[in-house]
Amino acid sequence: MTTQPTRRQFLKISGATIGAAMLPFLKAVPADAAGSDVLVAVTGQTINSLDLHRTGTNRASYQVAVNCYDRLVSFGTKSADGEGLSYDYSTIVPELAESWTVSDDGLAITFKLKSDAIFWDGSKVTAADVKWSFDRAVSVGGFPTVQMKAGGLERPEQFEAVDDETFVVHLDRPSKLSLPDLAVPVPFIVNSAVAMEHGTDDDPWAMEYLHKTPAGSGAYKVAAWEQGQQLVYERNDAWVGGPLPAFKRVVLREVPSPATRRALIERGDVQLSFDIPNKDALELDAMDGVTVYSTPIENCIHCLCPNTAFEPFRDANVRKALAYAIPYEAIFQTAAYGRGVPMWGGDATIEDTAWPRKAPYMTDMDKAKEHMAMSGFADGFEVPLSISLDLADWMEPTALLMQEAFAQIGITTEIEKIPGANWRTAALVEKRLPLHLENFGGWLNTPDYYFFWAYKEGHLFNSSNYRNDEVEALVDETLHLAMDDPEYAPKIKRMFQIAFEDLPRIPLWQPALNVALNGASDYEFWFHRQLDVRPLKQATA
Amino acid sequence: MVSTRTRIILGRMAQALPVVAGVVVISFLLTRALPGDPAAFFAGAAADEQSIAEVRQALGLDQPLIRQFLIYVGDLATGDLGTSISTGQPVATDLANRLPASLELTLVALFLSCGVALPLGILAATRPGSWIDHLCRVLVTAGVSLPTFFTGIVLIYVFYYLLGVAPSPLGRLDFIFIAPPNVTGFYLVDSALAGDWETWVGALKQLILPAVTLALFTLAPIARMTRAAMLSALSSDFIRTARAAGLSRRKVLFGYALRNALLPVITTLGMVFSFTLGANVLVEKVFAWPGIGSYAVEALVVSDYAAVQGFVLAMALLFVALNLVIDIAYALIDPRIGFS
Amino acid sequence: MTDIPLSPPKSQGALAHVGHVLRENPVTMVAFALFAMFVGCAIFGPALVPYDPLQSNAANALQPPSGAHWFGTDSLGRDVFSRVIVATRLDLLISVAAVALSFVVGSALGAAAGYWGGWIDTVLNRILDTIMAFPLFVLAMGIVAALGNTIENIVYATAIINVPFYARLVRAEVNIRREAGFARAARLAGNSDLRVLALHIFPNALPPMMVQLSLNLGWAILNAAGLSFIGLGVRPPTPEWGIMVAEGANFIVSGEWWLALFPGLWLMLAVFTFNLLGDGLRDMVDPRKRT
Repeated sequence: MTTQPTRRQFLKISGATIGAAMLPFLKAVPADAAGSDVLVAVTGQTINSLDLHRTGTNRASYQVAVNCYDRLVSFGTKSADGEGLSYDYSTIVPELAESWTVSDDGLAITFKLKSDAIFWDGSKVTAADVKWSFDRAVSVGGFPTVQMKAGGLERPEQFEAVDDETFVVHLDRPSKLSLPDLAVPVPFIVNSAVAMEHGTDDDPWAMEYLHKTPAGSGAYKVAAWEQGQQLVYERNDAWVGGPLPAFKRVVLREVPSPATRRALIERGDVQLSFDIPNKDALELDAMDGVTVYSTPIENCIHCLCPNTAFEPFRDANVRKALAYAIPYEAIFQTAAYGRGVPMWGGDATIEDTAWPRKAPYMTDMDKAKEHMAMSGFADGFEVPLSISLDLADWMEPTALLMQEAFAQIGITTEIEKIPGANWRTAALVEKRLPLHLENFGGWLNTPDYYFFWAYKEGHLFNSSNYRNDEVEALVDETLHLAMDDPEYAPKIKRMFQIAFEDLPRIPLWQPALNVALNGASDYEFWFHRQLDVRPLKQATA
Repeated sequence: MVSTRTRIILGRMAQALPVVAGVVVISFLLTRALPGDPAAFFAGAAADEQSIAEVRQALGLDQPLIRQFLIYVGDLATGDLGTSISTGQPVATDLANRLPASLELTLVALFLSCGVALPLGILAATRPGSWIDHLCRVLVTAGVSLPTFFTGIVLIYVFYYLLGVAPSPLGRLDFIFIAPPNVTGFYLVDSALAGDWETWVGALKQLILPAVTLALFTLAPIARMTRAAMLSALSSDFIRTARAAGLSRRKVLFGYALRNALLPVITTLGMVFSFTLGANVLVEKVFAWPGIGSYAVEALVVSDYAAVQGFVLAMALLFVALNLVIDIAYALIDPRIGFS
Repeated sequence: MTDIPLSPPKSQGALAHVGHVLRENPVTMVAFALFAMFVGCAIFGPALVPYDPLQSNAANALQPPSGAHWFGTDSLGRDVFSRVIVATRLDLLISVAAVALSFVVGSALGAAAGYWGGWIDTVLNRILDTIMAFPLFVLAMGIVAALGNTIENIVYATAIINVPFYARLVRAEVNIRREAGFARAARLAGNSDLRVLALHIFPNALPPMMVQLSLNLGWAILNAAGLSFIGLGVRPPTPEWGIMVAEGANFIVSGEWWLALFPGLWLMLAVFTFNLLGDGLRDMVDPRKRT
């Protein structure tokens, strides 16, 4: 803490301020003084650590792992339907690995590292660094360990550094998720010599050091980090993980007020505004100079979840009544301003394994009333409708419109706003909210992965306490099964059918991630929903 | 005489100890009463029960409450405020970085405010009932009647978005400037010390809108208390006596009335200062100002215990110090009040 | 709070005096008129408004002010005018209840401490200092977050953070006057301590209290609005000025200025009325102005 300002300081400041306030304004420094090889981006989120593996690292911080570190492999790029670029889940491309081979039994993946890959300090990237980094990811606990497990990567013994440039991953069983799981932000490769130098007996993984000082080989280094204010990336000209990025420096400013962020991008004072509200996306899109990319988030659905642990929602008729009573279109226009993909009014028959897909329900008050009449709760009931304070942006208008509609079928709801820290506990961990909104999105883009988290009993995002023995079995069978296996599609279709019949999650719409650009181009959408600054270029106007 | 005064001041400081102790206990209990489980929140998006348990252990939240308290007090005694889990920094570092930002903003706002409010209040009191009096009332009252976040957004909209005369509302300095070398943490002071006048102007420009927003809000209590206190002083017997004795109007107004009116004005100033420092969180949010107010609110929303406790304690110490100064000022101005 | 001007009711010319003050001070007159209007809105508002304040109409969302919707419509198509008027009752209720609570508690504590001094004074001062030492807005946030965001809890939180203001003010005023000539005279005339305190000393503390009271009514509303801005206010869909301003604030830059402006102006007008009213009340109860 600083010392108390003295009276003298007080007077000094006041005199100076008032004096200057009277002066005519000096000419403002032009906004483009920053130079054309510098990109300024704004975001409403705050980065709280430069190390994804640390306990308590928030989502916004994942972008540091993306921009400053390399993985063995990455996903390719494709053009998203009329919405700029997107990562491509179906292609795996090299990042630090030059090539890889999968053994015939699918139990070993052997990587050859790029021989010219060096860390920022000039030392060579070796297989030992990869092993150390993967060991760290599976050992530190919490989110990184859970994410590694999704790809069948659970123990340090599975990772073997054969020689400097050869690295082998041994699997307990073949899985289609293993290789993609190496391309998510978690298994990033750390300069283990630097890290171990700063590790201690209490802190063998150098959590304290890497928290503030990244040590990697990625496209950008961190030039400055003022927590809560800004992060400055500086290009690493020796990067071998991909094509050299266009911007020398990228300044990421944290601006909490969405109105301020909108004014900044609209006036062109910043070149990129990340994750803007749907309404701004709609309106900025119509303006000259501003380009808005609204990419539907893969494998993510906004849902209404009736909790089957509570009596009225054990009744399938009540759940269907809800699904027919929801004013989908009004909600989609009011809460999402039409950004995203509707998830209602789908066909009753399921022909393919596309996911997310439209559920076979639509607004139909007569059917809703019919189902209510058939249920054991024909006289209606009262229930709280819970929403998260952090997500009030879309949840509040949605809940308000639902409240009105549900009142027409005799269900009286009271809207309960739950603060962030409590939301996770109540909704996901204790699963004690009778009726609530939820928005799980899976990183790995397969339906079985979504079902694994959201429909299996006891799993985190199954906030409806749903249990169905057939779904349990189907998920276990399909999770590691290759997608071109003949057994895969029928099982997945059966899974969809049960999910739409039982309705523990009533799909509303697939949300979009909105990003506005003004003076920059080549924005690429990623499943992790964080800003990848590497492909961005100056706009050619 | 000096030694008596020193003893009095020491005694007054000793009285502050129970306050600090009370704050420590209450803030500890208050944070623990917050709903929600920080372990579940910080364990991350896909954590399972085991990883939540690991986080809980890492945070020390698996210990009984009384033990947690003893650990907290023990750490405090060694000057360790703990680590904020949401920012990932030691709380003491966070506060040291952010407190000057809030102080600078609040002080500049208060001085702007006093510069306008004191003359207004005196003017109004010398001509009670006149149109000047009414105008003053209406003006300052309008200022205090506006929610600060609303004023802030309107000012940004008009002066930045529409007119383009204000810089972008992006915290303490535009990104084209480099923060001055840290001496006091006050950018205006630091850049002046470094002789970097370009940065000084840059910092000042960033300060103007948020400071005006806050100043508008604080005009009223100061102006109104000045007027009320001046009125009551001017209508009291000793002023009548002074007037009757033929003292000049100036002498009566500033020598006697103002001196006596200062007492409640200083109380109000102290209250306004501590109130503003705690309440400018909304302004900080709107202007992306990296102060302690926005820090505290974010910490509170995610149940970041160490950060909330550290913030409250820092504010409490500041408040106690301020009160001490006010009490001493009281004794100097009004000999009727002692330190009993 | 309307019964406060009657508290020193000894003079028979009270009404005449009120009339005199009103004539002399047109601003106070305006304030009284506004106050009457707000009370009217609070009582009759829900019966008078043209639309159901909760009725959404997605097809008619974000319409600018027009003949049909004087203050426009919000993002759900609800009529802003109806919501603003209906919210009057709730907002007045919160502020008056909170301030009344803190006025009563604060005055009693402060008067006792200022008059008797000694250990009562010491203990009370330490307790007040402890409350005051908290950053007040954050304390209110903490209380509401811990207890849950219901209307009662918002009232309690607001009352608690206001108590020290009254207590300290009354204590200071009483402390200065406890040995004053008129107080001694009253005691010598055989009045009990309680009587001297309540009838002779306390009324002298009323003028500055009025200023404080009027300010605090406004602060109470702003406090509730601030809590709403953070997300800890009244539950949706209940209309409340603070929430409406907070939500509308995000729409200003995109051109939907009416969402924040009208509730903001109305809120400002209410706070404004309370503040002007305080001054008017002060003139009426100031014993010196009467003679």
